[in-house]
Amino acid sequence: MWETVIGLEIHTQLATKSKIFSGASTAYGAEPNTQACAVDLGLPGVLPVLNQQAVLMAVKFGLAIDAEVAPISVFARKNYFYPDLPKGYQISQFELPIVGKGTLTIELEDGSSKVVGVTRAHLEEDAGKSLHEDFHGMTGVDLNRAGTPLLEIVSEPDMRSAKEAVAYMRKMHSLVRYLGISDGNMQEGSFRCDANVSVRPKGQEEFGTRTELKNINSFRFVERAIDFEVERQIDLIEGGGKVTQETRLYDPNKHETRSMRSKEEAMDYRYFPDPDLLPVEVTAETKENIRRTLPELPDAKKARFMESFALNAEDAGILTTSRDMADYFEQVIKATDDIKLSANWIMGDLSGFLNKEGKEINESPVTAEMLAGMINRIKDNTISGKIAKEVFEAMWNGEGDADAIIKSKGLKQITDTGAIEAIVDEIIAANPGQVEQLKAGKDKLMGFFVGQVMKQTQGKANPGQVNQLLKQKLEL
Amino acid sequence: MSLDKQDVEKIAHLARLAIDEKDIPNYAQNLSNILELVEQMDAVNTDDVSPMAHPTDAMQRLREDEVTETNQREQFQTVAPQVEDGLYLVPKVIE
Amino acid sequence: MHNKTIAELALGLRNGEFSSEELTRHTLARIASLDKELNSFITVSSEHALAQAKAADERLANGNADALTGIPIAQKDIFCTNGIRTSCGSNMLDNFIAPYDSTVVSKFNSAGAVMVGKTNMDEFAMGSSNETSFYGPVKNPWNTNTVPGGSSGGSAAAVAARLVPGTTGTDTGGSIRQPAALCGVTGIKPTYGRVSRYGMIAFASSLDQGGAFAQTAEDAGLILGAMSGFDERDSTSIDKPVPDYQADLNKDIKGLKIGLPKEFFSEGLDNEVARVIEAAIEEYKKLGAEIVEISLPNSGLSVPAYYVVAPAECSSNLSRFDGVRFGHRCENPDDLEDLYKRSRGEGFGAEVKRRILVGAYVLSAGYYDAYYLKAQKVRRLISEDFKQAFEKVDVILGPTTPSVAFNLGEKADDPVNMYLSDTYTIAVNMAGLPGMSVPAGFVNQLPVGLQIIGNYFEEGRLLNVAHKYQQVTDWHQRTPQGFE
Repeated sequence: MWETVIGLEIHTQLATKSKIFSGASTAYGAEPNTQACAVDLGLPGVLPVLNQQAVLMAVKFGLAIDAEVAPISVFARKNYFYPDLPKGYQISQFELPIVGKGTLTIELEDGSSKVVGVTRAHLEEDAGKSLHEDFHGMTGVDLNRAGTPLLEIVSEPDMRSAKEAVAYMRKMHSLVRYLGISDGNMQEGSFRCDANVSVRPKGQEEFGTRTELKNINSFRFVERAIDFEVERQIDLIEGGGKVTQETRLYDPNKHETRSMRSKEEAMDYRYFPDPDLLPVEVTAETKENIRRTLPELPDAKKARFMESFALNAEDAGILTTSRDMADYFEQVIKATDDIKLSANWIMGDLSGFLNKEGKEINESPVTAEMLAGMINRIKDNTISGKIAKEVFEAMWNGEGDADAIIKSKGLKQITDTGAIEAIVDEIIAANPGQVEQLKAGKDKLMGFFVGQVMKQTQGKANPGQVNQLLKQKLEL
Repeated sequence: MSLDKQDVEKIAHLARLAIDEKDIPNYAQNLSNILELVEQMDAVNTDDVSPMAHPTDAMQRLREDEVTETNQREQFQTVAPQVEDGLYLVPKVIE
Repeated sequence: MHNKTIAELALGLRNGEFSSEELTRHTLARIASLDKELNSFITVSSEHALAQAKAADERLANGNADALTGIPIAQKDIFCTNGIRTSCGSNMLDNFIAPYDSTVVSKFNSAGAVMVGKTNMDEFAMGSSNETSFYGPVKNPWNTNTVPGGSSGGSAAAVAARLVPGTTGTDTGGSIRQPAALCGVTGIKPTYGRVSRYGMIAFASSLDQGGAFAQTAEDAGLILGAMSGFDERDSTSIDKPVPDYQADLNKDIKGLKIGLPKEFFSEGLDNEVARVIEAAIEEYKKLGAEIVEISLPNSGLSVPAYYVVAPAECSSNLSRFDGVRFGHRCENPDDLEDLYKRSRGEGFGAEVKRRILVGAYVLSAGYYDAYYLKAQKVRRLISEDFKQAFEKVDVILGPTTPSVAFNLGEKADDPVNMYLSDTYTIAVNMAGLPGMSVPAGFVNQLPVGLQIIGNYFEEGRLLNVAHKYQQVTDWHQRTPQGFE
């Protein structure tokens, strides 16, 4: 009887070398305040000058979501006091953002897709960090992150479940990485989101009162935070209470959201155009130049994979999640012709190893050429799929390519029918009871016999061949 | 627009300014006078006038994306009231 | 030596009549003996100055001296100076030593000028009388019971008293021209964007502009030339070459079209001041200029609009003074809010607080359109008035201030009355145009300033128009009693 309404504000750090308004480095992980220059610290008299790359990246994003890129956009000051905000205002965009209305298509679990509206995206500077470890009961402030360029992407309240919100966030994450405008590193805070959540009785047109969940930095937490908040709001309303419009913080340890009163009191941000910065112009020519550099985007790539490689939507979706994975896949199938098998290996074992070691696909010790080489050995029956797993692991551990490993480990499949036949005879003779039962119709026992043969050959027999031989011998 | 004590207290809080209780009436009076002066603007119709934020109509110049700054933490922190381990210290922030 | 102009001093240095070190020592000695009464300096940088003087003498000896090499100057204490305190006239920055030079200061350094100190000013450049300075008011050398004007009062008084031949200032609503008028010196505020604002502590960013004080237009041109130019660290700096301001100084002004805005000669203008300005206009007629009456119909709204725009920008600009990274911090704050409120409450004086409050108010939810947006629209109207005027005339002339210097304390408790003393200067800042004030006579033994307003980037023409006047008058050469 309740409908959830969600809008997301995603903050993505742009992958520039220097900050949005200063020449300080944006590299992550430096000693505190060693990358905070006079401009980032807001020392008296210093002034901001806009980074060209940040603008170009925002334009690139705008073009990618088919949005209007504003020919003139304006930076404004958002005024509030906080220790991680050195100037007492954040330089952001308010009335005239650089990117206007656009759309993003997300895929839902049932295989259908949904178009989510993007209201706007604007450039702004990131704040520093407050460190709450104990400094004699005080808070330490590190301003290295202050001034890092952010693109804030604001969606329409178009999502109707936490799952849709996650799908949107994942898609956006994939997009910014495709475009090369952000590294999307969520641990380092390069990609994080605030969720505006409200509930309303099904069928009601107007929105319920929303709360804003702040600073959620993983896909898992987005889902959990929203689910928790939706339940909290429903309980509240059903219990006769009212949702108050407020900012809430999701605590992943306690799995709850709680009110952030500290941020509430200063809601009057007194936005006004920043007099230190002039309007930003993006000419039609600039836009065209950037449009030409746009890579093939996830949706287009997915469609092409489905059409050219006869992949189903799900597989094509996974393979195009990141540009690197798609590139890897395309390289593999350049060197081998089994598309389905290649896709399965990439989505299966390779992804498993990558996840386990926290590596990106471009850091994989098994190159696309190596994987293709191995797949070719499966195809020509040199090895079985099972042995391939062993070969893959050896390749991952740097023991060489598939051919070298098959050779050095003696993993070549036994294709000599006579040799296998002898072993099959041996196994039949050793297990008369099981033979009886199998003949009496206990089909499951077939697996037992195949397994015994495989064991005897250390997996080097071709399971299909073994199967066939067994059936022949037992006259099944 | 005439401002009263509460108005002054509200904006003083917004601007994070401590103001002595005894000075508030004086501020209220001064600010009201200033706003009265300011409201002379209402004499002119500005319906079709575009607002002017800058004296020049130039567009923002863009900087090359290059790291030009080096670490000057030590120098910058010589003027800081309270630092430790390279961090600026403030009273505990409660979230 | 101290009565000489910069042009004369530069010649003396080149001819070996005296060294920069001698000149600097003489300057420092005069400041030491005479400034106690005036309070025009916040900081005197003797050692720094003597070191610069020695370096200048070497440059002079090597023959690679610039126009200002070896010339003592003083910086308004709003320009950051690496290693020397920059207070901005505020308790907030009483302990602040900038770890960098402003662009203006760097330019003077590379020109080889000798900085003898930092001049007194209204706190954060907010004031028209220099009475809001944390370091006490500056006295007008012509009558020490009167104000020197503000906010660059120290810079104007120091030149008037012949303590130093040239100084810098900043002008947000008249802060160079008004004290120049009240102290009887030449002051110029160039076009917005001509002088870099980098390292110049911001009051109202879209109005602030650095400029110069000197005895003569020729000298003002020398200083302005040294401090002007494009700066990639200031987004509002204009990338346009700086002309040689000396080149056209003596150009004939026959046929020059001078506009007299009727609004500058109406109600509110002191009769005696009006007479002085009329006499100056007569001089221009003699020089062959053509007088045209013009109108700037919206200029009367410039003070109201300014007291929205300037406080709005200042309330935001001054938020960085929070007691965390630099500047005053209160003792033993209870919590974060207490740290902010008391540090700022103790660090800022009453006028600064008033403007921050007004600014926060006019930008706050529900008032933005009625105040801030309205003021920006009025600003457009004011600017358009000038645009139309400059289609008809070459320069605009009028009084710089409605009356001569007022007494110390006279307007201190009446902000609005104080604000109205900038009624003729503020419109120029709203439009971003260049403006000057030159000494044009006296009323009750107090100087009167003639304001000259030019079109964008026409500083050269302003200096020419001022110089021609100074060739036929000697008001700019008068020196206050006790400072000859």
